[in-house]
Amino acid sequence: MGALLSFVGVSILILFAVIGAKANMYTLLGVIIPYAAVAIFIVGVVIRVVRWGRTPVPFRIPTTCGQQKSLPWIKQNKIENPTSTAGVIARMFFEIFLFRSLFRNVKTELRDGPKLDYASAKWLWFVGLVFHWSFLVIVVRHMRFFLEKVPFLIQLAENLDGFLQIGVPGLYMTDVAIIGAVTFLYVRRVVIPQIHYISLPADYFPLVLILGICGSGVLMRYFTKVHIVGVKAFTMGLVSFSPKIPEGIGTIFWVHIFLISVLLAYFPFSKLVHMAGIFMSPTRNMMNNSRMVRHVNPWDYPVKMRTYAEYEDAFRDKMKAAGLPLEKDEEPVEQSEEKE
Amino acid sequence: MAKLPKPEELGKVDYIPPMTPWMETPVEFKPGTFCNAAKEKSLAGLDMPNARKWSVKDDDWQLPENWQEIIMEGLRDRLDKYRSLRLFMDICVRCGACADKCHFFIGTGDPKNMPVLRAELLRSVYRNDFTTAGKIFGKFAGARKLTIDVLKEWWYYFFQCTECRRCSVFCPYGIDTAEITIIGRELLNLLGLNIDWIMGPASACYNKGNHLGLEPHTFKSSIEFFLDDLKDITGINIEPSFNRKGAEILFVTPSGDVFADPGTYTCMGYLMLFHELGLDYTWSTYASEGGNFGFFTSFEAAKKLNYKIYAEAKRLGVKYIIGGECGHMWRLLNQYMDTWNGPADFLEVPVSPITGTRFENTKSTKMVHIAEFTADLIRHGKLNLDPSRNDHLNVTFHDSCNTSRGMGILEEPRYIINKVCKNFYEMPENTIREKTFCCGSGSGLNASENMEMRMKAGLPRANAVKYVRDQHNVNMLANICAIDRAALTALMTYWVPDVTVAGVHELLGNALVMKGEKKRITDLRGEPLPGVEED
Repeated sequence: MGALLSFVGVSILILFAVIGAKANMYTLLGVIIPYAAVAIFIVGVVIRVVRWGRTPVPFRIPTTCGQQKSLPWIKQNKIENPTSTAGVIARMFFEIFLFRSLFRNVKTELRDGPKLDYASAKWLWFVGLVFHWSFLVIVVRHMRFFLEKVPFLIQLAENLDGFLQIGVPGLYMTDVAIIGAVTFLYVRRVVIPQIHYISLPADYFPLVLILGICGSGVLMRYFTKVHIVGVKAFTMGLVSFSPKIPEGIGTIFWVHIFLISVLLAYFPFSKLVHMAGIFMSPTRNMMNNSRMVRHVNPWDYPVKMRTYAEYEDAFRDKMKAAGLPLEKDEEPVEQSEEKE
Repeated sequence: MAKLPKPEELGKVDYIPPMTPWMETPVEFKPGTFCNAAKEKSLAGLDMPNARKWSVKDDDWQLPENWQEIIMEGLRDRLDKYRSLRLFMDICVRCGACADKCHFFIGTGDPKNMPVLRAELLRSVYRNDFTTAGKIFGKFAGARKLTIDVLKEWWYYFFQCTECRRCSVFCPYGIDTAEITIIGRELLNLLGLNIDWIMGPASACYNKGNHLGLEPHTFKSSIEFFLDDLKDITGINIEPSFNRKGAEILFVTPSGDVFADPGTYTCMGYLMLFHELGLDYTWSTYASEGGNFGFFTSFEAAKKLNYKIYAEAKRLGVKYIIGGECGHMWRLLNQYMDTWNGPADFLEVPVSPITGTRFENTKSTKMVHIAEFTADLIRHGKLNLDPSRNDHLNVTFHDSCNTSRGMGILEEPRYIINKVCKNFYEMPENTIREKTFCCGSGSGLNASENMEMRMKAGLPRANAVKYVRDQHNVNMLANICAIDRAALTALMTYWVPDVTVAGVHELLGNALVMKGEKKRITDLRGEPLPGVEED
């Protein structure tokens, strides 16, 4: 259901942008919606992060994936079972930039016998990495539209990305990679029965939306050859808070801008917040040092305990008969209630 | 009790999801797959809410009238208290990497046993009542209302997860289904919806000191019972002390080791080791439980049961504590005890009286794992060991979920095993250490009425044991967990019948050459040692 629905949804969005452009609603498409989207994105993500951050972490619960620190002659796994800040930083670095945990992925297969086999399955890791890194490089490349002088780093990214030097304008590898990766991620959701079963419309929608953004971008760069000077004038107007609508940029540009706005506005309300959330995951960003340093629960509260005195009162005779030492070697004044 | 299907039948698993979407697929309570309802007496024993007589098979679970309100209030409260819960509710992308990592999914093929979907059971209700997208888009955003059917589904699947954390190793965001199951069970317990296999032991532990409900005199006599056997086997008189003030060390272990085979042989190993060292230690009948079935009920119940360990250490005036072999017990001692019931400022940083080693890694909790303690002894050459006494055993080692993924004690037990026996073989890489598979019966699910589910869930573990049995004639499955010793025994009987189960300290007891001992002709189980003739 979601697989088709998200195509319909994104088609409607595209149609809206096309009609808007044809009807010359440029102030709406080029000014009001983009500003609103950016505002929603920033405020929404900040609210999310603040809410997570203000929620306490009552217990120290890292998932340990290697040898603990114990005796000096046993080699600790300082990254997968960290007891230092440096260890945690290393662990988070591998997790965020290289998807360490996903790299562990294996495919479990049950054969006759029964016999279980574990086959290497790095495709999800590989394509996920390609997708996210391409996305990042593309975002960095696009920064040239928002800066008067294009910094060296952005030029470097462009040059590396285009080093194949195919066609004019030069083909960016990330453009090909991201479209391939998004398609893979989408097809995977449709084809693998278990993944299909767990997928919500909210899982297909962002993929199709991103595909729409990439598609419109590719069309503009390689095929319809958008009026690039006009675009830059427009984007510079946006960042300098004096928006100007240039003439004759073409409908596809407005589709591109509109879909990006939708993605930004959708972001804080969706699973896409994993981008910010991963930094705060307590099973990954905590040290396993809770036997060395006491972790304090800020909302700890007293509860009724069964004390030794109550215990001895309940069993004094039996303890005495068994020769166990007693605190009070006398008949209990009041027989305490013995619960089962 | 439901009849247990044959292994050939259970070994065939259908992984194709049902035609109906999961929200429209009602849960089916099939005998053999779930545990009995918590009894009124057990619930009342720990002052749990809604103590009453009820049965899982009944339509009416005897819930309070405002049960939805109670759950929603409970969920709201926990969302504000646990970052793990709030974050894990928000950031899952349903990539599915966790799906075939769960032993319950591998063994049943039931899509609701995929960790992602187990979490969605709760997440869908969270979306409906606590998120903007859920309130606006409803079902399209994956939201649904909390109904009685949803509640029953929670109950079925949150008591069909052993909180083993294997999925969290593979999750790119570290989403830990154990956190979700733990909190899911807490919510259910607000309505008195526990299973008796958990609630009974938890209640007994609170009132009598241990899960088995052994009263002080019985606890003492159970241990004394082993002393006669040990006298027969080794010729040595061992005289442990109980509740003794002024001892240097308090020793706490799961009560399963005191009561049921094969844990009892592990317990004999402890007694032999401590006697041989001349350790100044005491048992306690009050803190006679290292395990904590409260943890499978609620954090509050867990804190209550855990309280006794420090309280007793303080009363007896010991310097520090040693803990026996147990899985979830050690996750709690590592990650929760100090937070709940610390600081243990009345104790001293543990120092081995034999080797002088200061256990710096325990400088706050002051509680040493016996495998750390023993590995240190062996490393310093303080034990006289004859590994040939274990020559009849080809050993493999099962990492317990909690000690591997909630602590990381991986090398210590392996070091001991390699010193006390000569034939040690690892199971395949994807089934050990942090990727170890659960026994299928953890987190309080080792009852008998759910045996079919236990055998299904234990299939991946059993299959890896079968592999080393076929490759290396392995006949002994060693571990450092009391629940494993009970659960894996049943699992092996079903899937790999010629493999038996032992604690690491049983193997140590076999190999330990004691001062003044007579010639050993049997192992701790009373089975003749091969190649040794009676004089």
